Amino acid sequence: MTAPTTVFTETLPDYDYDQPALLAALAELLPQHALLLDTAQKRPYDCDGLSAYRALPVAVLLPETIEQVQRIMATCHAFGAPVVARGAGTGLSGGALPFERGILLSLAKFNRMLALDPTARTARAQCGVSNLRISQAAAPYGLYYAPDPSSQIACTLGGNVAENAGGVHCLKYGLTVHNVLEVRLVTVDGELLTLGGATLDSPGYDLLALIHGSEGMLGVIVEVTVKLLPKPQIAKALLAAFDDVSKAGEAVGAIIAAGIIPAGLEMMDTHAIRAAEDFVQAGYPLDAAAILICELDGVAADVAEQTDRVTAILNDHDAAEVRISADEAQRLAFWSGRKNAFPAVGRISPDYYCMDGTIPRKALPEVLMRINALSRKYGLRCANVFHAGDGNLHPLILYDANAGELAAAERFGADILRLCVDMGGAITGEHGVGMEKINEMCVQFNAAELRQLHAVKAAFDPRGLLNPGKAVPTLHRCAEFGAMHVHHGQLPHPDLPRF
Amino acid sequence: MTDSASLLAQRVADAYAQQTPLHLRGAGTKDFLGAPRQGAVLSLAEHAGVLDYDPTELVISARCGTPLTALESTLAQARQMLPFEPPRFTCAGAPGGTLGGALAAGLSGPRRPYGGAVRDHVLGLRMINGQGHILSFGGQVMKNVAGYDISRLQVGAMGTLGVILDAAIKVLPQPPACETRVRALDAAQAIQTLNAWAARPLPITAAAHWRGLLHIRLAGAPAAIAAAGADIGGDIDPQGQAFWAALRDQTHPFFAGDPVWRLSVPDTTPPLDLPGDQFIDWGGAQRWYCGDADAAAVLAAARAAGGHAHCWRGDPVAAFGPAARLDQPQPLRAIAQRLKQAFDPADICNRGVWFDASP
Repeated sequence: MTAPTTVFTETLPDYDYDQPALLAALAELLPQHALLLDTAQKRPYDCDGLSAYRALPVAVLLPETIEQVQRIMATCHAFGAPVVARGAGTGLSGGALPFERGILLSLAKFNRMLALDPTARTARAQCGVSNLRISQAAAPYGLYYAPDPSSQIACTLGGNVAENAGGVHCLKYGLTVHNVLEVRLVTVDGELLTLGGATLDSPGYDLLALIHGSEGMLGVIVEVTVKLLPKPQIAKALLAAFDDVSKAGEAVGAIIAAGIIPAGLEMMDTHAIRAAEDFVQAGYPLDAAAILICELDGVAADVAEQTDRVTAILNDHDAAEVRISADEAQRLAFWSGRKNAFPAVGRISPDYYCMDGTIPRKALPEVLMRINALSRKYGLRCANVFHAGDGNLHPLILYDANAGELAAAERFGADILRLCVDMGGAITGEHGVGMEKINEMCVQFNAAELRQLHAVKAAFDPRGLLNPGKAVPTLHRCAEFGAMHVHHGQLPHPDLPRF
Repeated sequence: MTDSASLLAQRVADAYAQQTPLHLRGAGTKDFLGAPRQGAVLSLAEHAGVLDYDPTELVISARCGTPLTALESTLAQARQMLPFEPPRFTCAGAPGGTLGGALAAGLSGPRRPYGGAVRDHVLGLRMINGQGHILSFGGQVMKNVAGYDISRLQVGAMGTLGVILDAAIKVLPQPPACETRVRALDAAQAIQTLNAWAARPLPITAAAHWRGLLHIRLAGAPAAIAAAGADIGGDIDPQGQAFWAALRDQTHPFFAGDPVWRLSVPDTTPPLDLPGDQFIDWGGAQRWYCGDADAAAVLAAARAAGGHAHCWRGDPVAAFGPAARLDQPQPLRAIAQRLKQAFDPADICNRGVWFDASP
């Protein structure tokens, strides 16, 4: 992929500090192997999962203890040096993109499970522990950690909190914010805070909720305690094929209206189906315009009753075919294509650009129709993977950077996000704003709202040293982008409440 | 029902200009929480009404003054419900607590450990900050990480960060059936039993213990309830629904005591070593205490268990001041004060309810 030349066009402070003196001070704090200064050593950290954006920091630090993180933060704060925290770097919005005049703080060495209490059903881990490891550690006790982002093999708990990660089961089991009990956070000036606790609530403002999805702007997450759930008695997956995307969309609404909350409810369109089938041979019907995967879990009697009702609903909505998983192997096969959809699409196109808008479910048929129209307008293919149950779209725009298509793909993506906002949705459901959607924030929020978001940031980080230029755009940037306020009063659906 | 957002915003802007406090008030059912209010009443009860509700979206949007009873009866028509079972605090002849009050106080009912808290179900809201600006955060969709989660921050903030105008709340289908079972167990046995059950996939939606009886609510398809009932034992309580409603609204006889303390503790905490009566709710995670122990002893018992306590009703509020209300460590208080400044720089919204916000 080619890198855009100017990632940071914000009016940011100069961050004019004494770099050699800071590096000397950091060298006092850390062993030599934990301080990377050579370009070749720093190169692996120059981007996260959004590899179109790259930058090299002044230094990459690899601390091993909370005390080291505290001292690093206090030292950088004293110098006025910016710091970007990074976990596994699987983020898709450039949230861990280094800042050229700043320090990159890698938390990769914080990879220890600290405690697992099967009686209290909690697990405590360092921020760099991968999402999947929690469930693996809990499995012997019949317990698991519910949020399961597709990158769960690699993505870390700290990153999950920073992005408020979701997954395919969040309609029923919630996002990261619903499953975390406590976060330990190092502030910009090196103080260690504990947010939340082993209790179901804490006195004062809900800072634990606020830190979820805060994208490394408010502090450095170093430790996370999560809630574990008992594994459901039984899980069944249904796979339904439709010859029309709208019918699939209507079936989704009908399942919910029938009072059933599936553990997962996913849709894939024809491009995504074919790519996935080609990659993992999940047995998907290749002639379908859309497939739905519906997972039902819980106690056996409930699952049996719901399986019958969902099958009837799918048939009532003209499903061409409904399959019910006969055993665990078949259930996992149904999921394998969906879970591998992103890499599968990666095989059919030199590059792809993954979007993350959310919409009210009922808007789905119209949104898919308009995405198809945009696809024709930009001359770029688009595969749609959709967390249908909770209205989270992942259009994958296929392009070839070497053919100069990146700019068109980005414009296509921006149009999709604007469409999501117009339909009463949001520009990001789970991937975060980061660097990628900073301009679209000007579409989502007006000036007074952005000012309030900046004031919240300042309550934690008055000098703006944490992850500069990300997540919340300056008013100046929005004025240049020209989007501010334009949408207010000119919406295609003025009847929708806008909050 | 009219939208009085701009009138309310003007009132706040005027108060900001004059630096005078406002007492944000819906139905007033939770005036007993926190310190005595200061300033003129900003009545929010008239800003009421459901704005948008499509059962297939699992979202309801309503103005802050909407009574919870009205909101929940709208949901019941589509066989849906508020998953967090908020206390309504209804009293004779009055509609009871409002949506705005439930959000501001952040109170969840018996279903909380199994269905989530108020804050877990807030998808977005429109608010007035302490300068009189109308702001919208979050949305009506299940997933939204654009900007900081200001909506959830308002929940439980007791109106100290501004006025909640309207909110979009995630709702759930009502279970097909419910059943309450009662088993004779002492408090220590009950806590152990509840923790063992919580590690298994049982369809429990409420669990409380008082004076030797463990009350369990099961929900789901009738066959699932029957299977779970046979598993957990005890007797079916035909008055179960009334028991949970009385616990939710604190009309249960236990709450007539004075003073009443609330302790939030890990659900594995053994019965508290305090003289007097204890009511265990939330599967062990919420303990209500009524007895002669002084404030220091109650706070110490909560801290020793890894939790926190505050006086819910009664004299210690007056006797011990804010410490008996907000038991929060110092570094967090400093951030809380800066956040308060960020939303309400002149400290006009519910001044002094929690703490002195002046630097």
